[in-house]
Amino acid sequence: MPYAPKLIDYFENPRCAGEIENPDAVAQVSNPVCGDVMKLWLRIADGTIVDAKFKAQGCSAAIATSSYATEMIIGMKLDQARAITKENIADALGGLPGSKMHCSVLACDAIREALKGRS
Amino acid sequence: MQRIYLDSNATTPMRPEVVAAMLPVFTEDYGNPSSIHWFGQQAKALLDSARQHVARLIHAETSEIVFVSGGTEADNMAIRGIAESQKARGRHIITSKIEHHAVLHTCKDLEKQGYEVTWLGVSPDGVVNPEDVRRAIRPDTILISIMHANNEIGTIQPIEEIGQIAETADIYFHSDGVQSTGKIPVDVRKLKVDLYSISAHKIHGPKGVGALFVRKGTIVKPQLTGGGHERNRRSGTENVAGIVGFGVAAKMAREGLESEMAHVRALRDRLESQLKEKIDLIHVNAESAARLPNTSNIMVDFAEGEGLVISLDLKGVAVSTGSACSSGSLEPSHVLTAIGKTPDEAHGSLRFSLNAGNTVEEIDYVVEVLPRIVERLRELSPFYKRA
Repeated sequence: MPYAPKLIDYFENPRCAGEIENPDAVAQVSNPVCGDVMKLWLRIADGTIVDAKFKAQGCSAAIATSSYATEMIIGMKLDQARAITKENIADALGGLPGSKMHCSVLACDAIREALKGRS
Repeated sequence: MQRIYLDSNATTPMRPEVVAAMLPVFTEDYGNPSSIHWFGQQAKALLDSARQHVARLIHAETSEIVFVSGGTEADNMAIRGIAESQKARGRHIITSKIEHHAVLHTCKDLEKQGYEVTWLGVSPDGVVNPEDVRRAIRPDTILISIMHANNEIGTIQPIEEIGQIAETADIYFHSDGVQSTGKIPVDVRKLKVDLYSISAHKIHGPKGVGALFVRKGTIVKPQLTGGGHERNRRSGTENVAGIVGFGVAAKMAREGLESEMAHVRALRDRLESQLKEKIDLIHVNAESAARLPNTSNIMVDFAEGEGLVISLDLKGVAVSTGSACSSGSLEPSHVLTAIGKTPDEAHGSLRFSLNAGNTVEEIDYVVEVLPRIVERLRELSPFYKRA
């Protein structure tokens, strides 16, 4: 198995999977490299992300990083969420093999896309 | 946890008889077959016996078997060896888009060296049309290389017909038989091939050994020069232990071919019919083509192959995928692309490849766990709407 136990845990038991009805922000991004897709729904109140849900079609690393990032941003100010990097996510999950680093970009892209134009 | 191995096109377990035959070669019969003393002659006798078994498996003569380090070297030796020995005649090679990387990348390398390569497409069922081969022949064509059976989707190519075309046109014909040997009958005379690659570890032999069949009279420029081993065709002290294991594996593959492959085919068919019954939106690739009895390539809509492989692995089941996410190159399988699948479709592919050691219980376990895995991944997909 090329992955750390924590990543496998988030793949097998993804947190924050699902959709939010009437979300305050939503974004769908796809990875041009391998075709993975992530959709992110956000509930925002007073400049803070109060709830977040995701869905993803992709490899185990894409699903795990999407789930972890979605969980991570709940309770964050919008600028804090925007500042998350692919390394933050990969490191938190015990690292990613080099060829899989692009997977954690997906979640960063989704967060930035959903928050585009908001302050 | 129970571990189930369904990735036999990648490699196979060695048979106990193969291991038993190899062990004394490391410690007792360790001579160099080139030496004229007793130790050397013991080793030479083992080499000769193994050569007979390998030759018999593909209906070749012993003098036509060149032992090499595996399928990749056999493919390189055949293609580069002919390209170099025939370059005065021409520099055009015909091959297909579904070849193994050992052929694909070797031909691409020759393109960089000034050779011209015609890359033949295949039908949606993954089969080369012999008429396409005939039409691609030019006055400067020196080699045709078409695999016997495809490693990903298992399709069996019309080698006999292509062999006839090559013979009539007087062009050397190589076939990569790494996946076909030991799974379907192989007769190099009937197939009319001049060169045929085989590998030991795909037929329950050891890794690091294979053979190239070189038809009598075929001039292949050696790729390894040195002491003139293997009748001056491949220098380097022979991997005697590996070759002995290869010999036993070849003997057992020939003896067991019919009964073992009937068993494997029944398991493969059971797997496919049960999965189609239990999971909606799945497709068997090249289902109507002539296929290896052990190979099944399935596409699962709304689920990604690497995630399926990891999920199955967590349940103890080893399979592979043509998904871009599992390849170092992040490109979807060139074989699935060649049969007309989009990158999205190739993304959800799973390859099951069986061997004679697999059981009905193992297949039934996969049929039990896979539907739940697929359902779980589909629930996570933003595109999937439950029917």
